[in-house]
Amino acid sequence: MGYNWNWGVFLQPSATGGDTYLGWMFYGFKMTIALSLSAWMLALATGAVVGVLRTVPNKGLSGIARAYVELFRNIPLLVQLFLWYFVLPELLPTSLGNAYKQSNPLAQQFLASMVCLGLFTSARVAEQVRSGINSLPPGQKNAGLAMGFTLPQTYRFVMLPMAVRLIVPPLTSEFLNIFKNSAVCSTIGLLELAAQGRQLVDYTAQPYESFIAVTLAYLIINVVVMFSMRWVEERVRVPGYLGGK
Amino acid sequence: MYELYEFDWSSIPGALPFLWQGMVVSLEITFVAVVFGIVWGTALAIMRLSSVTPLSWFAAGYVNLFRSVPLVMVLLWFFLIIPHLLESLLGFPRGTDMRLGSAIAGFALFEAAYYSEIIRAGIQSVPKGQMAAANALGMNYRQAMQRVVLPQAFRNMVPLLLTQGIILFQDTSLVYVSALADFFGAAYKVGDRDGRLVEMLLFAGAVYFVICFAASQWVRHFQKKLKTA
Repeated sequence: MGYNWNWGVFLQPSATGGDTYLGWMFYGFKMTIALSLSAWMLALATGAVVGVLRTVPNKGLSGIARAYVELFRNIPLLVQLFLWYFVLPELLPTSLGNAYKQSNPLAQQFLASMVCLGLFTSARVAEQVRSGINSLPPGQKNAGLAMGFTLPQTYRFVMLPMAVRLIVPPLTSEFLNIFKNSAVCSTIGLLELAAQGRQLVDYTAQPYESFIAVTLAYLIINVVVMFSMRWVEERVRVPGYLGGK
Repeated sequence: MYELYEFDWSSIPGALPFLWQGMVVSLEITFVAVVFGIVWGTALAIMRLSSVTPLSWFAAGYVNLFRSVPLVMVLLWFFLIIPHLLESLLGFPRGTDMRLGSAIAGFALFEAAYYSEIIRAGIQSVPKGQMAAANALGMNYRQAMQRVVLPQAFRNMVPLLLTQGIILFQDTSLVYVSALADFFGAAYKVGDRDGRLVEMLLFAGAVYFVICFAASQWVRHFQKKLKTA
């Protein structure tokens, strides 16, 4: 096969000047990390609230939470992203929509991506929170109430501290997913890793090196996240539970 | 100042045949990828559980590799890199449209990694005594797997496999990166052509929601029936 391998291409100055192609990759890497971490914060906060609401003894609240989860789980991520990025600004009142459309394009892409990824993942986090709470023995809730705690207090002081520790292992895979799913945001022009990979193919004409490098970068993220989550898992393990000490 | 967007849904009826063609492409990719994914996934799961070290290492490496890389990245490999490789290795004429084939191959190989983990868990959930009993009856490993362990494992796994199929159907929208006209791609093209992107994207979202919600409710119902049976 007549292919010229040239790994040195990454050290060459880029076509637009001012940076090397390695610098491009690094920019994409930082973008992927920043996007995924900020979306993860949003997912944890929203997912925790929705997950708790799914378990409360109030048909209206748990119904709303269920509708939320079903809505975000049954529409493809790509469609959701396009709805946030292309559709939402049009549906806002004109003045607000125009102000948004005139803001920095990078900020628009990043905001849409973050909200999209965050809420998409929050539905999955909510399901884990719900199953964590439901896996607690019912006696815990009853004991809390019998002690005179109100329902919110029972959640706050009895059920959630346990549930949060139980759901760390299943949340690890959601955390890994958010990094992988962030690659979808390349479709709206956000220059994260996958998008930089495509650009490198176009600019360097070294498709194999570019794609291998980007794939390796994702593998590295994966390994780092896996090991750090394993560390967290060990620290929060509940003694006496499955997988506990 | 506070005008709201005026909807105009008139481009949908005329575009329905084109959208339907796109839906056929989406379903085609889903169906073929599910079938191949389950077959290859079963093979990977059996390899992973096998006592032959190189086989189990290969399967573990394959599964971990595909599960660490974003689907978008895998699809880009299959759309941008693999066709060139095939052109130069097998002498396909330049510019052959391999997008549908690439998409199906990419999805099948990617999903097989996820299916294999479901199937491995399913096989491991069958009590060990079943294998021992089959061996005691004089069956060899292959016969015991085929006639005793796998049928029970698959029965337990059906809901999970179906759920993964729904996820796969949603993921087929990602062939957008190759400009292949699946359902989402078709909806986007129509919206772009008519300047009605807002309506078409909302319509596409609604269609996906109805299909996936109905399918997941059906899987849940099926799961309950399976439990009581």
